[in-house]
Amino acid sequence: MTLDQVKPGGKCRIKSLSVRDRLSQRLLDMGVYPGLSVKVIRNAPLRDPMEIELSGYCVSLRHDEARFIEVDPS
Amino acid sequence: MSADSIIVALAGQPNCGKSTVFNALTGASQHVANYPGVTVEKMVGWSKANGRKMEIVDLPGTYSLTSYSPEEQVARDFILHDKPSVVVNVMDASNLNRCLYLTFQLLEMEMPLVLNLNMMDVAERNGLRIDTEKLARRLGIRVTPSSMKNGRGKQELLDSIAAVADAAGSRGNLPRIDYGPMEVFLREIEEKIKAETSLSGEYPRRWLAIKLMEADREVQSLIREHHADPDGFLSFVDVKRTEFERENGLTTEMHIANRRYQAAADIGKSCSESEKENKITVSDRIDRLVCHRLAGPLILVGVIWILYYLSIVQGYNLTNYTWPLLAKLRSLAESVLPAPGFIDIPLLRSFVLWFVDSINALLNYIPIFFILFSLIAILEDSGYMPRMAFIMDRLLSRYGLHGQSTLPMVLGGIYVGGCAVPGVMSCKGIPDARSRLATILIIPLLNCLAKVPLYVLLINIYFAAHKGLAMFFISTISLLMVLPVAKALTMTVLRRMETAPFVMEMPPYHLPTFRGVLGRAVERVWLFIRKITTIVAAVAVVIFALLQFPGLGAERQGHYQALADKALAEFHAQIEATTYAGPLQGDGVTDLINYWDGYKTEKSQAGGQDKAAAVDEEFKGINPVFFSIVNAEGGPEAKKVNRAVKKLDRARRMLLLDMRKERIDRSFLGRMGQALEPVTRWAGFNWRVNVALLSALAAKESSVATLGALYEPEEGGEALEERMARTEEGFTPLHALALMLFMVLYPPCIATAVAVKLQSGSVRWMLFSMAYPMVLGLSVATLVYSGGAALGLTGLQAMFAFYGLALALTIVMGLVGNKSDFA
Repeated sequence: MTLDQVKPGGKCRIKSLSVRDRLSQRLLDMGVYPGLSVKVIRNAPLRDPMEIELSGYCVSLRHDEARFIEVDPS
Repeated sequence: MSADSIIVALAGQPNCGKSTVFNALTGASQHVANYPGVTVEKMVGWSKANGRKMEIVDLPGTYSLTSYSPEEQVARDFILHDKPSVVVNVMDASNLNRCLYLTFQLLEMEMPLVLNLNMMDVAERNGLRIDTEKLARRLGIRVTPSSMKNGRGKQELLDSIAAVADAAGSRGNLPRIDYGPMEVFLREIEEKIKAETSLSGEYPRRWLAIKLMEADREVQSLIREHHADPDGFLSFVDVKRTEFERENGLTTEMHIANRRYQAAADIGKSCSESEKENKITVSDRIDRLVCHRLAGPLILVGVIWILYYLSIVQGYNLTNYTWPLLAKLRSLAESVLPAPGFIDIPLLRSFVLWFVDSINALLNYIPIFFILFSLIAILEDSGYMPRMAFIMDRLLSRYGLHGQSTLPMVLGGIYVGGCAVPGVMSCKGIPDARSRLATILIIPLLNCLAKVPLYVLLINIYFAAHKGLAMFFISTISLLMVLPVAKALTMTVLRRMETAPFVMEMPPYHLPTFRGVLGRAVERVWLFIRKITTIVAAVAVVIFALLQFPGLGAERQGHYQALADKALAEFHAQIEATTYAGPLQGDGVTDLINYWDGYKTEKSQAGGQDKAAAVDEEFKGINPVFFSIVNAEGGPEAKKVNRAVKKLDRARRMLLLDMRKERIDRSFLGRMGQALEPVTRWAGFNWRVNVALLSALAAKESSVATLGALYEPEEGGEALEERMARTEEGFTPLHALALMLFMVLYPPCIATAVAVKLQSGSVRWMLFSMAYPMVLGLSVATLVYSGGAALGLTGLQAMFAFYGLALALTIVMGLVGNKSDFA
């Protein structure tokens, strides 16, 4: 399962990033890394992008980016 | 630089209060420049503490120090190459864990580091207690807490900087992150770097090794420059990376980030204690409304409306108070310059007045900009900006733009009345290079304030019966053209530009401080004045020359002189019998006319009866005879002369206008207008319109002023609308529509072009931003005029047809699929 499929309110644990270079480095630098638990807070009014809560802060990203984040629902 | 002066760099993540620290340390002595080759701003300030001078460089706020974004690269290069004596790592005390991620990278670069835990007040309010001494012990560096917003901790930070600078060279054992199974690989690479390159002295070896494991492009090219067999070395590293990834089932980047975050969490846990959980709940509660599916967009529209209302509407009202000051400046110039003759105006006089008018036209916007910049600072400081991007991204990204294009577009004027200059300037925040450039290029096509006078003029003449409708058309059509144009640019000329991920932090809401907002607004207004007005002044000179030269020939000059002499002779014959004949002989009458003009100006600027009376007294004192003529006081003779002078003055003004018109006709700009007519004919523009449009290159307000000069009044007081309608009988609403659409797509004014150059960092893009709207505008105007004429459409029908076309194009372009940038 990938992060873009998680509905608002849903929680999950990041398994891996299936992308390299620019996007993966950016996600890692913003605190999206394997092993972390995240919660999907909401989608934007036009559905995209989405907002997620990491450990103590929030980040928004496009679904097109979230689909490279593999997660386990929890 | 003297020996006891040191360089201090401020590094930190976005939203950590770094600029507050910078302002607190440097006060008013700051300077903005650009890093060479990129459009990233370099903030430098100066400070003095304990007898030591400090040059403080505020590095761009970055989450990390990779080579993927220009900001991160600039920050990293500065630290590595300029070798600051001390790096201050500013961090948000409430966000210890995440901020330490950057700290570890700075530690790996082996810089003399001071950790500044800023915003301690917020952390304490949230029930967070941080053991700074323990933190300092664990990290092996100095840690100073502060809340610079309230002025706490400044001296302690300065002391720490001084202490670290003094201890330079005697660095203790820095703790290092244990990269676990990667350590063996790192050691191997380090050994090879040491043995085979000369990089060891210049760069920390371990840092190089880590970066190579991350496949950092910049470090790879360093190796290429400094290694005898770079390909062999780099493929060795590649083999090692693949080996590591196979053994550990993780990419190297992921592993490195994981270890850093684990270490951060470990230190965070042992050094801080939190009484309350979830500090993001307040922001979350606000966001439930602000990002709500229905309420969110409504609030956004409301915020934009308030922004417009306060800056454009109220700011414009404010110019009613500031304009008299600028008018005073002009009349001061008038009084100092050589006085005009009867029909020959000294070149110096007309030049300086033109110059003052050009600058005044820009300075007049300062109240608007001041309000605008203050409001933007409030939006930035409050944290609403990322929400705006969050709401709009879906819509704008369909057209190759970015959520963060919202603010620039609002400033540029998505309805009516913006200004492209602050619009283009605010594009800086868009992280994605391609969307940023697309936004910069389309902003001049939005409806800025200066385009409005021409719309109003044409609508009043040619769409008088449908004013509301026509105004709505012109206000909204620009957005319908801008979106498909942005998409088209993205798909063609910008196709190969680099893009960046959207991933964006949604920081908690903050209450902006008065000082912070005011400071930023003043700083940006000042920047605007310095950067823009100097260029506009230079261009004003060029346009003046183009309009003024080659000027009237001797023969034409003689023709006008004869007309003037005739009018003068008539005048003298009329007043011959009066007692005023004497003082008005020779230059006397010119003196009187100038005296009268001066009197009128002073009177109009005098507010209140007392001041008006004072002006009367003053002018009476200067010349009592003239005064009695001007006010027609002193019997029937004075009245008669008063009438005669008025008549003469009218004749003179007519002559001056005729001369001006002829001078423009014969000027270089006039000739260009005539030369262009064969092309612009298809768009319905005659050469007069061409001249008006060309003169608008400097500033769009000029279009109406030039048209005013070209369509000279025959009777005093006739409005330009009537004159234009009378003189241009062949001009139809269809012509007007084509002209208005051309104005929508008009190339950026000089000030905007300068802003485009600053923000895109290239003259080529500036030239492109001027050329493509011209081609596009002419094509659209030709389509509307020639197409409309061929189909026999009226202006109104053509308007509807074009609107339908633009709407259809916008929808189609929005549906054209975006290819994923990461697939």
